[in-house]
Amino acid sequence: MIATESLSKRFPRVTALDRLSVDIAPGVTGLVGANGAGKSTLIKILLGLSPATEGRASVLGLDVATEGAAIRERVGYMPEHDCLPPDVSATEFVVHMARMSGLPATAARERTADTLRHVGLYEERYRPMGGYSTGMKQRVKLAQALVHDPQLVLLDEPTNGLDPVGRDEMLGLIRRVHTDFGISVLVTSHLLGELERTCDHVVVIDGGKLLRSSSTDDFTQSTGSLAVEVTDSDARPDGTAALYAALAGAGLTVRPAGRAADGTPASGRVLLVDVVDDSTYDTVRDAVTDLELGLVRMEQRRHRIAEVFRDEGEGDTPATAPAAAGWGAGRQWAPAAQRDEQNGGAPDAA
Amino acid sequence: MPPETTKAPAQDVIHNIGYRNYSGARLGRAYARRSLFSQSLRGAYGLGRSAKSKVLPMILLGVMCVPAAIMVAVAVTTKMNDLPVAYTRYAILLQAVIGLYLASQAPQSVSRDLRFKTVPLYFSRPIERVDYVAAKFAAMASALFLLTALPLLILYVGALLAKLDFADQTKGFAQGLVSVALLSLLFAGLGLVVAALTPRRGFGVAAVIAVLTISYGAVSTVQGIALARDNTDAISWLGLFSPITLIDGVQTAFLSATSAFPGGHGPGTGTGVVYVLVLLALITGSFGLLMRRYRKVGL
Repeated sequence: MIATESLSKRFPRVTALDRLSVDIAPGVTGLVGANGAGKSTLIKILLGLSPATEGRASVLGLDVATEGAAIRERVGYMPEHDCLPPDVSATEFVVHMARMSGLPATAARERTADTLRHVGLYEERYRPMGGYSTGMKQRVKLAQALVHDPQLVLLDEPTNGLDPVGRDEMLGLIRRVHTDFGISVLVTSHLLGELERTCDHVVVIDGGKLLRSSSTDDFTQSTGSLAVEVTDSDARPDGTAALYAALAGAGLTVRPAGRAADGTPASGRVLLVDVVDDSTYDTVRDAVTDLELGLVRMEQRRHRIAEVFRDEGEGDTPATAPAAAGWGAGRQWAPAAQRDEQNGGAPDAA
Repeated sequence: MPPETTKAPAQDVIHNIGYRNYSGARLGRAYARRSLFSQSLRGAYGLGRSAKSKVLPMILLGVMCVPAAIMVAVAVTTKMNDLPVAYTRYAILLQAVIGLYLASQAPQSVSRDLRFKTVPLYFSRPIERVDYVAAKFAAMASALFLLTALPLLILYVGALLAKLDFADQTKGFAQGLVSVALLSLLFAGLGLVVAALTPRRGFGVAAVIAVLTISYGAVSTVQGIALARDNTDAISWLGLFSPITLIDGVQTAFLSATSAFPGGHGPGTGTGVVYVLVLLALITGSFGLLMRRYRKVGL
């Protein structure tokens, strides 16, 4: 999809990108970096709008330096900032943008209707956009990036300014862009936690340098635990405690989760069970049946990427410690992660 | 099994149309430029925008046409030998209306894109900077041409209805069209350059009006003083310094118009060449300035 080779961009005073070499495969890729890390500069170069000082980059196999127009025809771009004129309706705006991408008038109208429906805008699409909520505006911005059915979309901070619910919806939408629409996604964010749920692959840059590029699973794989929640029954008024005892008796490492799945400081009804191998699932299932409890849920719990960046001693994530060690930039992610938690993320069971 | 259930996927499609890929034509850069042109041209008359934004351009278009219609009516009923106003003179007489139109629509065309940061979206599409500038320039010039040529057309049709001399009228009409075409290009260039300086629409409107009226006011005042001192040569040179007098000078020198300069002292052919050169320099210069203006705006 995207390949860069010792790509550098220097301005008179700053080096925005410093010999960046990454290879991005089809799928959903997160581009993480603090403000000023070079994310926007990279996007500009990838769209062929700003020449690199040195190095090469190609998008969809096309060279950014010479085939910018061809790239922009096949790539969608959703800017970080507001970009919608308030006095036109979403339909008119997106139709116009479709035509600007080269779609004939009829196709532009059809694709606009389709795309707006896919991003979840219905009757309101005929109203002037000035009256839209932030969430609706973000959807229109996403729609204009998708309307010409690109092979790749570049989304610059798509969750900016959204409330937790809106953010979850946007992330779900981004995921669908890949799974349902078959369009690869490069999404930038400064919130690591968001990317875990959305991305297959995460690229971290800082100060224009590549810090790490690996799949989301690599970030989170070392965590094997199960979140289990059960009901109470007449025979066992405290089902959770009974299950706790049963599982501990079966030789599994069990501990109560600090929080419930929805992030509320917990009911204490969720148990975390360390997974040893596949038989762990059977053990849990059998234990629940034996106790004749109702199983509310049993799901894999993954660590959030954010935890990778936390200090070694903090929290119960020993398995990810090697990743955290040697990460100079580890600390700077912590505030972002905390903010994410406050916003109602689900740090313990996702 | 009823026959219709054999086509289960088709039924499914009716209820839930999943994402459909687009495999049709992608018409590329030239088409995108044309689309931007037509969108901007329509926008200059409020088409495709809210009802409110249609009011002013339509009123101004009406104001431009009504005098022409009245003149035609008078000419037809009173069986005049000639139209009361020459084709080349019409735009000069109604310059305030043209100025007002430019002041209202040039910021609409460019300041909005700057203000709402839509420009980066355009540049994330196949078009380049030169396409954007060319499309906006051409759209503004065409909108002005429509505004200035429509009344001339009314005059011409009226003149033919009044059975005035066909060859005479056609020649005058053609000269008038050339003159308003030059005027449209010049005004579009100046208006867009001034409007593109600021993302604030109000400032843009005020600045365009100021550029047009102050320059015209200053030039005609100094020309008036020159006339009082009998310095007719100075009068013809002074016309270079405001857009409308520049057009007046060009058409006086080459399009057999009668000059509206004080005392009718328009430029002769020699001075007229300078007028044409200045006019062309201003048009290309404003295009160049617009290109410069958008160099830093992408993304």
